[in-house]
Amino acid sequence: MPGAAPQASAVPVSPSGAAALVIRYLCKEYVRGKPILRDINLEIASNGITAIIGPSGTGKSTLIRCINRLVEPTAGAIVFDGHDLTRLPRKELRAVRRLIGMVFQEYNLVERLTVIENVLSGRLGYVTPANAWLRRFPRADVGEAFDLLDTVGLAGFAHQRADALSGGQRQRVGIARALMQRPKLLLADEPTSSLDPKTSVEIMTLMRDLALERGIPAVVNIHNVDLARRFARRVVGLSGGGVVFDGTPDGLTDHHLMQIYGGENWLE
Amino acid sequence: MTPATVAGREWRRFTPAERFARFTVYFTIVAAIVLSVRTVEVIPEFIADAPEQIADLFRRMWPPDFAYYPLEIHPALLDSMHIATVGTVLGIAMALPLGFLAARNVTPFAWINWIARLVLIAARSVNTLVFALFFVAVFGPGPLAGTLAIAFHSIGFLGRLFSEALEVSSAGPVEALGAAGAPWPSIVVYGYWPQVAPAFWALALFRWDINVRESIVLGLVGAGGIGMVLDNALNLFQWTRVAMVLVAILAVVVVAEVIVTYIRNRII
Amino acid sequence: MAGVSVVRPASWPLRLAWAAFALYLAYALSHLELTPARFLAGLEFGQKFLAKLFPPDFQRWELLLKGLKESLEMAILASALGVVVSLPVSLLAARNLMPGWVTWPARMLMVVCRSFHPVIVAILFVKAVGFGALAGILALTVASLGFLGKLFAEAIEEISLKQVEAIRSTGAPFMSVITYGVLPQVHARFIGFSSYELDANLRNSTLVGIVGAGGIGGTLFAAFQRFDYDFVCAIILSIIAMIVAGEVLTNAVKRVFRA
Repeated sequence: MPGAAPQASAVPVSPSGAAALVIRYLCKEYVRGKPILRDINLEIASNGITAIIGPSGTGKSTLIRCINRLVEPTAGAIVFDGHDLTRLPRKELRAVRRLIGMVFQEYNLVERLTVIENVLSGRLGYVTPANAWLRRFPRADVGEAFDLLDTVGLAGFAHQRADALSGGQRQRVGIARALMQRPKLLLADEPTSSLDPKTSVEIMTLMRDLALERGIPAVVNIHNVDLARRFARRVVGLSGGGVVFDGTPDGLTDHHLMQIYGGENWLE
Repeated sequence: MTPATVAGREWRRFTPAERFARFTVYFTIVAAIVLSVRTVEVIPEFIADAPEQIADLFRRMWPPDFAYYPLEIHPALLDSMHIATVGTVLGIAMALPLGFLAARNVTPFAWINWIARLVLIAARSVNTLVFALFFVAVFGPGPLAGTLAIAFHSIGFLGRLFSEALEVSSAGPVEALGAAGAPWPSIVVYGYWPQVAPAFWALALFRWDINVRESIVLGLVGAGGIGMVLDNALNLFQWTRVAMVLVAILAVVVVAEVIVTYIRNRII
Repeated sequence: MAGVSVVRPASWPLRLAWAAFALYLAYALSHLELTPARFLAGLEFGQKFLAKLFPPDFQRWELLLKGLKESLEMAILASALGVVVSLPVSLLAARNLMPGWVTWPARMLMVVCRSFHPVIVAILFVKAVGFGALAGILALTVASLGFLGKLFAEAIEEISLKQVEAIRSTGAPFMSVITYGVLPQVHARFIGFSSYELDANLRNSTLVGIVGAGGIGGTLFAAFQRFDYDFVCAIILSIIAMIVAGEVLTNAVKRVFRA
């Protein structure tokens, strides 16, 4: 348990222990003069789930995608694994991306491929395009893929087409794919927003347990504040393009929620 | 070895039956290509020489002889447009009854369907140019041959797609009209036609677009239009005039596509 | 498409358009000298002509087969070349994957290839590389690039980019993103389009011979010029048979790959 006191403030509190990911003065504007993200400063701890909460359109998705540069930051630095990602040329960027696994809101599986092919796509950064085309993955990887499917509770689904699965099942495949990369960091962009409440809890439990078990820190965008409280070790509140809360779930009071989301009525 | 059994961590991408079928197809395709390469009568030196020859041709065509346009090209171009348009209308007039006869739900007599389909297949398989050869032999050179060629070939295309559209139209309105005691022509006009009309107009437009391209070529066999101008210029090796004709053809085709897109977006 | 039976209220602009069109038709008919008298005269001659066609004369079946074989070879090679060339060009033309300065030239190239009838392209190639199958193959390949390339590009533009995004996020190299993220989404349609193009090339390959670019078209044209109409009929029947057979085959291939 990081030793930081549960202080609610706009100034980030640095947890003890090496940070897995450091974000410094990150800015992003899609339209000039209208920044979505303003000078974001964050340090992500090296274990546990960090939940990012905030109203829709506040830049949560943008923030997460800036981390692995699926979206190009306008300014700032993203330090991970000893590199500043914003300065890396394409080839090196790809190499670092291999170490960052990502889970998506709409699962983003390749629908027409089978479950096992989707899981194995996590290793695409490690095989040549020719082998990818021929689906020639190392045996050990194939074995690991089957094991991962067992772990996420999808044993026996390996040869089904991805579009034949339910939402919850697809997200499990998404998690397996991300873990297949043997990542040092896990990103999740609203992984439960397309799922019903029960399945959401199952998926969050799965993610938390697997991440803890393998010692992988995770950054998760969450819509649902209750889920954030329940599963995250740390909560970051985003509003108006900046960080307005950074602390433990216990420290997240109604006052803070009002700051983040604005308005009183929804709390009742 | 069976695919994906409990102990089998082997990943089989396709079932044995699928693999056999795929292999057969691949083999056939490759065999066809290899055989064709070996038996087609092409002198290898010509292939090596080809790029240079093509470049030389382009050099001789530059710059296009713009003065040629008002003289010879413009009236001939208009002729081709007339041929295409009148031919399409004629084709529609002949295709409609055939389409009705070929549709199994409209005309319940199998042998009539069969004959109508045969006519449609024949019309579709004999190209406009071949029809033009015929009609030039019958009616003499000139636009009449071209118009009829366009019309007869279009029957195949329009008639078949029209009959397919009829076959997937729903029986509901037709049944209702029949139950109300409507005579056959009324059933056709009020029951079938409204359902297939939008698809039909789209087809007609599409066919007109193709016919514009085809009518341009008919002159090469003497059936009127810009093709005859092109033929003359080619036979006299007047390359800059040839280039001008090509530019004019390109312009006409582009204009036709613009018209078709416009009508399709506004009206259909 | 469900039965959309909207009875349109007849609007005046539409009526005027139809009237204008009818006037145009009348003008065009007279301009083209399509008089009923001429038509009737032609009909009579046409009857005699049809009699000359039948019965079809298959005596020179070796010549016939040679021509058909060459057309088939040309169609196969042009389709194969066409697919190989269209794939990269269509990728470059896909506006959801590539920036404007790349897609624009690619699309322009495909438009130009599409705009000219294969026969015209064939003539140019004949003048450039000489008579024979090479000119025909090149002409058909150009036509394939125009049509196949457009169809491929449209299919690529309709894919879900989310799937592509996920593959990118794993650190996969560009070609792997294409083969794993883009191709599976368009694979089935590509096969459909390719078989359609083989069918189209088969038809066109029977034509380009008319201008000397190889194939049965040359045999047909020569027969016409010699007034050898019985042979002409035999050739046309063979062409129809070959095309129909080709359709049946390509449908079977499509089914195997969709499975």
